[in-house]
Amino acid sequence: MPAKKPRLAVFKFASCDGCQLSLLDCEEELLTVAEQVEIAYFLEAGPADTRGRYDVGLVEGSISTPHDAERIQAIRAQCDSLVTIGACATAGGIQALRNWGDADEFAQHVYARPEYIRTLATSTPIADHVKVDFELRGCPVNKQQLLELISALVWGRTPRLPRQSVCVECKRRQVVCVAVARGVACLGPVTQIGCEVICPSYDRECFGCFGPKEYPNLISLGRRYQRDGHDTAHLTRLVRSFNGYAPGFRTVDKVLAKNNHAYDSQNPSPPA
Amino acid sequence: MTPAPPPGPPWWMKKPALQTLIDRLRADGYEVLGPRMADGAITLAPLTNLAHLPRGVRDDQQPGRYRLTMADDGGYFDHVVGPHSLKPLVFPPRTTVLEVLRVRDGWEYRTPEPPQPKRAILGVRACDLHALAIQDRVFLGGAYRDPEYAARRAGLFLIAVNCSRSAPTCFCASMNTGPAVRGGADLILTELTDGFLGVAGSDRAAPYLAAVGERPASPEEQAEAAAIPQRAAAQQTRRIDPTTVHDTLMNNLEHRRWADVAKRCLSCANCTMVCPTCFCSTVNDVSDLVGTHTRRQRVWESCFNEEHSHTAGGPVHPTTKSRYRQWLTHKLATWIDQFGTSGCVGCGRCITWCPVGIDITEEVAAMEGGRV
Ligand code: SF4
Ligand code: SF4
Ligand code: SF4
Ligand code: SF4
Ligand code: SF4
Repeated sequence: MPAKKPRLAVFKFASCDGCQLSLLDCEEELLTVAEQVEIAYFLEAGPADTRGRYDVGLVEGSISTPHDAERIQAIRAQCDSLVTIGACATAGGIQALRNWGDADEFAQHVYARPEYIRTLATSTPIADHVKVDFELRGCPVNKQQLLELISALVWGRTPRLPRQSVCVECKRRQVVCVAVARGVACLGPVTQIGCEVICPSYDRECFGCFGPKEYPNLISLGRRYQRDGHDTAHLTRLVRSFNGYAPGFRTVDKVLAKNNHAYDSQNPSPPA
Repeated sequence: MTPAPPPGPPWWMKKPALQTLIDRLRADGYEVLGPRMADGAITLAPLTNLAHLPRGVRDDQQPGRYRLTMADDGGYFDHVVGPHSLKPLVFPPRTTVLEVLRVRDGWEYRTPEPPQPKRAILGVRACDLHALAIQDRVFLGGAYRDPEYAARRAGLFLIAVNCSRSAPTCFCASMNTGPAVRGGADLILTELTDGFLGVAGSDRAAPYLAAVGERPASPEEQAEAAAIPQRAAAQQTRRIDPTTVHDTLMNNLEHRRWADVAKRCLSCANCTMVCPTCFCSTVNDVSDLVGTHTRRQRVWESCFNEEHSHTAGGPVHPTTKSRYRQWLTHKLATWIDQFGTSGCVGCGRCITWCPVGIDITEEVAAMEGGRV
């Protein structure tokens, strides 16, 4: 048995709650989790003990309001170990699309009384604001990875969270590659492993739910898909979804535009 | 490294006799696997009927591209190797090598009994037989034998087929590993226009050949059969010179081509995963939350992953450039120093299944000019 039950807190910022629900979805394991860790603060499930320190804070969601930006500082000070869970917390989430648009304008369209909305111009990952100890990627996080993380924290070891490509697991499962065999633009080669290769297993491309892998070579993969006739705007949208604002994916528009430019200069258009 | 020439005289059989072969093998407890069309590719999958074979289907293979084309007529084996090799059958992508249980006064260690499936594989190509021989050396040669590999390997009954065509990605002829099957299989078939020519490659094949063989093959049929893999060899355009490649690579470890290929390479590991000889794995201990049960899992790993060379001081291969160099030099050069054979059999899978179509024969050729 571990010497002392770790005290765990689960905090929410701008997000859909899906990652917290993944924790609740560990139905069978949850009783064991509850025996092994003291869940001190978890609004989604009940407990809200705000006193003292937490050994581990799991943070879901991105920083999108001035209040969030202050609250995360206080939470960091309360937690020995801070773990971000999900694409919102690790990359800013789908709501980071505003980072390339005008947040005020969006608010005008969405809310009946936009004057009541206090929001930041950007949605940013937690790590842009405070030090993060571990990242659990995914939209939503993977249950097995979540249990691996909790188990590692309980037993005082480093969690095993590989940074290799989705392709590795795709090939381990002997899935036929949709990019090579069907010409589909798949993000697997630039996306971090984490899911059970759900999309290629169902004949679909990887949508990048787990964010950029260790070296996401968007230039080379983008060039291949562009050369095969995939539309640059489509490719940009594909990369710019749940994890679009992750550092490895953020500049996809510039990368693809530069690739396009390289082709244009190689193949000048015929004189008018 | 060339396996012994096959024993036994060639027999002629009708094409439907293949069904008898499948039925006999199944009656003897074998699960029969062979080429089957699925998900836009010719995969290696269980089959029970001749109709499951991809008759008349051809695979167009190019760097980073694979497409099937269909004809109404044509043979059962007009395709070449698909994405799947024999590797996962003998070296599974994920397996439990040890279980540790907490008991009252300590720990109990259990080594799982390796499974011993009896499997007959129909349609194995020369390159893949050579790859299996290379893996035999890796997993069974030397002091440490892999028990799971040994058990799975012993259960294989291999029915080889001589290739009647090559894909543009095939380069076995230059590597001396094909297209003609020269042994290493239990039964060797060549598909003729209206029948098969069959040769027993092992003693245990004799009863099967006796059951399906109609009569000894005529000299004309033997000549027709011999010409078939020759025709496939003549189609090959890619090549690597196995006598010089070791030094070409090892004398050019700082060639600027490594940096050039690193710009194109995604470090995605697809090449190592599809390669029929790559044998790397990692070991993960997966413990339950209460700490009473831990499984030690062995999973496929690749030198394109940071974890592959991770040490206390960081990864030995931190960049795509050094990882690509590790892959290519291991396959084609240091494998020879390590095992006495090349680690490449020229099957071309790494070329076809690389998402950006990086071609190892082209990378080697770029370095053949010497130091740049
Ligand atoms: S289907 Fe996608 S994830 Fe799978 S190997 Fe191909 S590119 Fe990689
Ligand atoms: S290195 Fe490539 S061509 Fe050679 S055996 Fe491996 S997959 Fe086949
Ligand atoms: S090339 Fe890489 S993955 Fe393949 S056996 Fe060598 S080190 Fe392992
Ligand atoms: S590499 Fe040679 S033996 Fe292998 S499939 Fe191609 S032609 Fe056949
Ligand atoms: S050579 Fe191709 S398949 Fe291999 S790691 Fe690089 S991009 Fe991936």
